Amino acid sequence: MSLLSIENLSLDIGGTPILKDIDLQIAPGEVLGLVGESGSGKSMTALTVMQLLPEAARARGRVTFDGIDILAAPEDAMCRLRGDDLGMVFQEPMTALNPVKPIGEQVAEGIRWHTGVSRADAEARARAILDRVGLPEAKFPLSRYPHELSGGQRQRVVIAIACALKPKLLIADEPTTALDVVLQAQILDLLRDLVGENRMGLLLISHDLAVVAEMADRVTILRHGAVMESGPTGAVLSARRHPYTRQLAEASTHVPARPRDPSAKPSGPPLLEVRDLTRDYPGRRTGLFQHEKPFRAVDGVSFSLPAGHTAALVGRSGCGKSTLARMILALDRPTAGSVSLMGETLEGKSEAQLRGARRNMQVVFQDPYGSFNPRHRVERLVAEPLHLFDKRPDAGERRERVAQALDDVGLAAADMDKYPHEFSGGQRQRISIARAIITRPKLIVADEPVSALDVSIRAQILDLFADLNQRLGLTYLFITHDLTVARAITDEVMVMDEGRIVERGPTSDVLRHPTTPAAQALVGAAPDLEQALARRLSAERSGSPL
Amino acid sequence: MSMDPTIPGAPPERGFLRLALANRSFLIGCAITLAVAGLALLSFFWTPYDITHLTVADRLKGLSTNHPLGTDHLGRDILSMIMIGARNSIAVAIVAVLIGMGIGVPLGAWAAARGGLVDEVLMRFNDLVFAFPALLSAIMITAIFGPGALNAIIAIGIFNVPVFARVARAGALSIWPREFILAARAAGKSRTLITIEHILPNITALLLVQGTIQFALGILAEAGLSYLGLGAQPPMPSWGRMLFEAQTRMIVAPHLALFPGLAIVVTVLGLNLLGDGLRDLLDPRLRRER
Repeated sequence: MSLLSIENLSLDIGGTPILKDIDLQIAPGEVLGLVGESGSGKSMTALTVMQLLPEAARARGRVTFDGIDILAAPEDAMCRLRGDDLGMVFQEPMTALNPVKPIGEQVAEGIRWHTGVSRADAEARARAILDRVGLPEAKFPLSRYPHELSGGQRQRVVIAIACALKPKLLIADEPTTALDVVLQAQILDLLRDLVGENRMGLLLISHDLAVVAEMADRVTILRHGAVMESGPTGAVLSARRHPYTRQLAEASTHVPARPRDPSAKPSGPPLLEVRDLTRDYPGRRTGLFQHEKPFRAVDGVSFSLPAGHTAALVGRSGCGKSTLARMILALDRPTAGSVSLMGETLEGKSEAQLRGARRNMQVVFQDPYGSFNPRHRVERLVAEPLHLFDKRPDAGERRERVAQALDDVGLAAADMDKYPHEFSGGQRQRISIARAIITRPKLIVADEPVSALDVSIRAQILDLFADLNQRLGLTYLFITHDLTVARAITDEVMVMDEGRIVERGPTSDVLRHPTTPAAQALVGAAPDLEQALARRLSAERSGSPL
Repeated sequence: MSMDPTIPGAPPERGFLRLALANRSFLIGCAITLAVAGLALLSFFWTPYDITHLTVADRLKGLSTNHPLGTDHLGRDILSMIMIGARNSIAVAIVAVLIGMGIGVPLGAWAAARGGLVDEVLMRFNDLVFAFPALLSAIMITAIFGPGALNAIIAIGIFNVPVFARVARAGALSIWPREFILAARAAGKSRTLITIEHILPNITALLLVQGTIQFALGILAEAGLSYLGLGAQPPMPSWGRMLFEAQTRMIVAPHLALFPGLAIVVTVLGLNLLGDGLRDLLDPRLRRER
């Protein structure tokens, strides 16, 4: 008998249909991957099971969990289920914990509420589960606060809260999307072990096919609130019978065509040269005039980039790659060392003296929602860097240039009179690229430019980057923790760890044969769709679970 | 009051009018505020009686059709006095808010933009001004420079400065780390230009709400000062002094104290409702929870 069974579930919120006739089953000890792009209804399916839907939501159909009809269950029955037999892990570990309560209390809270045991017993059990998720007493006493933990550690606490009472079903909504690949691998391992130990069912929601291929026994693919295809993971994802499954799978391993002779060595002086760049942040204040030892975010980094070259700076979160990018862009002052662009050093120059350099280097950010002032129209947003020209273009010329830049990134000139919220995530990222290329710069620094995008959109944006590299002769520095991006689009990879560049070389060499431990950890942890599918398929054929 | 209905982090709102019409405290607050402002404006052209004209024979009359709110000890019409007093209260409070905004917002925005020592010094100075009870210091200022509407305005205005500085700084600090600000910096814009183009428009809502609150507090403070005889001087009527004059005749003619008191209460209530409503309308977080 299945643990969770959803039949013909339809959902509308305030009259807008969200889900249409969803069917899915999870057996005890089984991992079901729920895959889809943003807006496909993945999270709403999870919230329906938890009965945490918004007020205006109306659900029809049948949702049975462990013999209980969830849609008909009264709120207090749901309260007893949630956090006991039904656990949930959310995407964002930074906001899923209460910042003013120590972690021990947050774990013990649910235990006491559901079992009515004494405070001491609850704490002992909290201790045990925190140990289990890899936060041992010696290093992580119960009295730690969330802000004293890193993102991966917080996600472990969230999992501990969800699994403290050995739930029958755990719902994990993009549990690793906010984490870097090394942490992702650790968290996925932990979830897999917990499933094995307790015969827990796991509903794993993800947009990442590689993660699902590694984790899930069966997969259900959602689009626009309807199930496109479902079945055993290996069979579904390798046969790719449904056109949408094929489209998703192809997009996630997409490599843009870059008709370039990789042996052609770029000549001439380097476009960007970074020498011994170091950045210290002052330590925490411990007294009125006392500070802790300064924290060295970037430590003596040197490299150079020839014109027309595409390089990736990869590393785990917190390794200093974004700080390095900001110093290159002259948005942050280095403690020591120098950056020069086209032979011109950037340090110690005033904003006015930097104008020339700024014209030649622009930036594309990760978040297509946060990188625009919501009150300005696209014309004004894209035209912002035109401010860098000594002779400001007049209104007509400005519109012409904006139209040209929008055309370059595949948008229509008429789009310039709209506001950013009228565009989708992928289109916004195009606008952000249009803003970056309007001054016809030589260097573009892109900080995780596709990691907030859905796979199919991400493939299109990578194509656009490759195309612009071709047409405009742009040099890119991609900052990313995602090796598939590096593999898809860059000639060269620099691996950063604890503020230093530890390994550097042609992309294919470094990703195939990493030599340093930091690079090996990154490459080893990166989920790979093809490899995971091969393993899955052989397991499915022999009939044994992975 | 002109206002821009957009909020930080959200696109310009098209359904603002619809939402505003559904927000009861905003509607009631608006209605009261407009009514008081309307009475004050009307008093420039017409009042039921000329208040400089004393009719001692009619002194301390109760409510009647001739004098809807009665007359005071000099036979002046209370309704006319309240209408003219409204003009005084509103003028003092508005100018005080404008002074507070005009000085406080640039200071707060500057502190947020510069950070470091500038921020530290400005904010500690702010704390210093905050440390004095506002009304007490206003009494001191008017006592030194002499009573009068102008000095009352300055005294109340000075104490609005740190309030706006703090709100502007807090709002600006939450906008500065956003990526569109980094993008603007990468486009070579100076801190001043970024503050004007990106920061200020995104904290307007915040300042507007604080403005209505300070406006209400200004009316209270003005009433307090003129109650002590430190506000507008006779023959200009003011709500605070009307209360003071009514005090000794409370037993004989309670309506003398009742109506100016009600005028203060209703105006402050209206402004507070307006501020509450504006906050609900402009704060995306609260709106979603509704």
